[in-house]
Amino acid sequence: MSAVIDSHQGQAHSDHHHGPAKGLMRWVLTTNHKDIGTLYLWFSFAMFLLGGSMAMVIRAELFQPGLQIVQPEFFNQMTTMHGLIMVFGAVMPAFVGLANWMIPLMIGAPDMALPRMNNFSFWLLPAAFTLLVSTLFSEGGGPNFGWTFYAPLSTTYAPESVTFFIFAVHLMGISSIMGAINVIATILNLRAPGMTLMKMPLFVWTWLITAFLLIAVMPVLAGCVTMMLMDVHFGTSFFSAAGGGDPVLFQHVFWFFGHPEVYIMILPAFGAVSSIIPAFARKPLFGYTSMVYATASIAFLSFIVWAHHMFTVGIPLTGELFFMYATMLIAVPTGVKVFNWASTMWQGSMTFETPMLFSVAFVILFTIGGFSGLMLAIAPADFQYHDTYFVVAHFHYVLVPGAIFGIFASAYYWLPKWTGHMYDETLAKLHFWMSFIGMNLAFFPMHFVGLAGMPRRIPDYNMMFANFNMVSSIGAFMFGATQLLFLFIVIKCIRGGQPAAAKPWDGAEGLEWTVPSPAPYHTFQTPPDVK
Amino acid sequence: MASHEQYYVPAQSKWPIIATLGLLITVFGVGTWFNDLKAERADSNGPLIFFVGALFLAYMLFGWFGTVIKESRSGLYSAQMDLSFRWGMSWFIFSEVMFFAAFFGVLFYVRNFAGPWLGGEGDKGVANMLWPGFEFTWPLLNNPDSKLFPPPSDIINPWQLPLLNTVLLVTSSFTLTFAHHALRKNQRKPLKLWLALTIVLGAAFLTFQAEEYVHAYTELGLTLGSGIYGATFFMLTGFHGAHVTLGALMLTIMLIRILRGHFSPDHHFGFEAAAWYWHFVDVVWIGLFTFVYVL
Repeated sequence: MSAVIDSHQGQAHSDHHHGPAKGLMRWVLTTNHKDIGTLYLWFSFAMFLLGGSMAMVIRAELFQPGLQIVQPEFFNQMTTMHGLIMVFGAVMPAFVGLANWMIPLMIGAPDMALPRMNNFSFWLLPAAFTLLVSTLFSEGGGPNFGWTFYAPLSTTYAPESVTFFIFAVHLMGISSIMGAINVIATILNLRAPGMTLMKMPLFVWTWLITAFLLIAVMPVLAGCVTMMLMDVHFGTSFFSAAGGGDPVLFQHVFWFFGHPEVYIMILPAFGAVSSIIPAFARKPLFGYTSMVYATASIAFLSFIVWAHHMFTVGIPLTGELFFMYATMLIAVPTGVKVFNWASTMWQGSMTFETPMLFSVAFVILFTIGGFSGLMLAIAPADFQYHDTYFVVAHFHYVLVPGAIFGIFASAYYWLPKWTGHMYDETLAKLHFWMSFIGMNLAFFPMHFVGLAGMPRRIPDYNMMFANFNMVSSIGAFMFGATQLLFLFIVIKCIRGGQPAAAKPWDGAEGLEWTVPSPAPYHTFQTPPDVK
Repeated sequence: MASHEQYYVPAQSKWPIIATLGLLITVFGVGTWFNDLKAERADSNGPLIFFVGALFLAYMLFGWFGTVIKESRSGLYSAQMDLSFRWGMSWFIFSEVMFFAAFFGVLFYVRNFAGPWLGGEGDKGVANMLWPGFEFTWPLLNNPDSKLFPPPSDIINPWQLPLLNTVLLVTSSFTLTFAHHALRKNQRKPLKLWLALTIVLGAAFLTFQAEEYVHAYTELGLTLGSGIYGATFFMLTGFHGAHVTLGALMLTIMLIRILRGHFSPDHHFGFEAAAWYWHFVDVVWIGLFTFVYVL
């Protein structure tokens, strides 16, 4: 009645409770969801620091007007690589890491459904980023066309490294698609008896929907970069009007991928805080069913709003109106979610441990990002905001206190389960407050300089923007430096600390708290019965 | 949902890391090769690196699938495992559908929006100021800049080779279904014959497709560089052809396995997966024939 754990040599079910293999090869050859989750999380954190260092270069250059530190060409490479690394290297892998660790534990599965493919999904990422980041040292420099790589900047006028950029994106895409297939197969096929769909924790639900989005749009991105490759090397004219193609076509294809992509980066965070807020409010989540439907609605709408990124490019009036109203509709299901989180906290007996601090900050600050998104959704107003720092402020408000705070909240919430130790609460609170203050200092002034017309992606600016930019840079340095504290807290927690109980948070619910802390190497080899 | 039964979790595997290295070396080689070609640098290392990567990948494919087949035949896979494979293959095919959807979307966008606008339609007709005499027609036999992108003199007649290819591919879907029925009834001989016939039909399709490409390149001037018509034509039919090749390869491996006595009437997901893939490729062709060749 238990899972067969086969050693590769073919001795079937020799040992039901054997631990991990020793040495480096454990991590290279592993098929264990916890090992792979850990790999994903560490890789993501390494990329977070690398992409963050590039942001520090950007903010150092923008500390004062004028050109001080880097050449404009290098500045362009920094903005491009910062975006690519943070999106594909930091945020997405962090959520896949959380999915790997937590989904089998939350649904009572022995592992992910396709364990070898799981290993393949992970190891493709270091390969892809080695290829991508190494182009910075190549002749002609790395990609310099912005993370959205609009044609013809990325085709006719691209540096030679664009070829490797394209193949790196292909590798990331293969990794994401395989990861998503694994998540779906696991959720649909490996749930414990009694774990019906509508009993699943919201993190599982949001990941199920995220995985669907990934499988739907990553191939479109692959198609997009393939057309670039053909235009660059084989004389096609997809994005060249001289041959009957259209550079605007690039933007349509890219944003058909790109808009669902932003939900891919936020939906799992929605799911995580939907577990964390009830735990620290000591009340069940308010409106579970509506949360599921709201997530599905957001996912559906994400497919029909892409051209709101392109209001100024010259699309027909009908298009502007359709994409404006469709975009505004997203505020409805998102509003449902924010309402439900607030209602969960309402009259709860709340305590504010670090996961809760990050989650509450998530709800408030993500909502600010949502509101600036609504402002940008208004087509005529977007003509003013487009390509200014207002846009930068908007998407950093949804990504930093949205996605990244969601990841921090999850990390603190589940660290006791992963390591078997409680983290240092005092230091963690310090990490929260420094991140909170640093991030607001960095990004809030960007709203003002953006509304006043400061363009994004330019290494120099008008004197009138000097003060706010200096504040932004100080905030960014503070936020960046604080993340080293996070590294310290995590290492300290791994090495020791107060032993964690199986369920260290009194209000926490779910199967993951029924296994000991740290979670044994193999869990739920016999599926639990869910009432 | 899980029942209380065994779910097979392999302990460790070397194949994923070999696959990763193989893919990395392959794409690095291809990228180097393409860049050297474009910059007209002699003595490119690209082809060699690509070849090394491809060897890795071939080794991995034989090894990984070989392991899976061995595990399957030793009875390690439960019904639940089978379902994981089914979900995996279904969603993989869905991802392929979206890949083709992107190119079909490009075709529709060019024909319905970008093209007419280039020809001066719409209230913003600024593009027409760049190429004042340009008129948009489909198939596009005159490009806005015909020096940069020499247009084709004619297009492929859909009612000759493409029609034949449609008949071949649709027939092959039927023969494959007959093979599947034979497998389910445990009639091994008809199974082998129908499956072999399917592969022959697929190979015939690919041969005619190659003939069509030669005709397009040598006689019609229809090339990748002949403007957006050629670009969309070769992108869609080319990726489809690549998928037919892969599908035929999968079916060939299934035939080899069947000749070696693999698969039973109620345990043959490998065969079914290949069949699903083949039907998918067939459906894409119907779309291609309609929207690329006929309309």
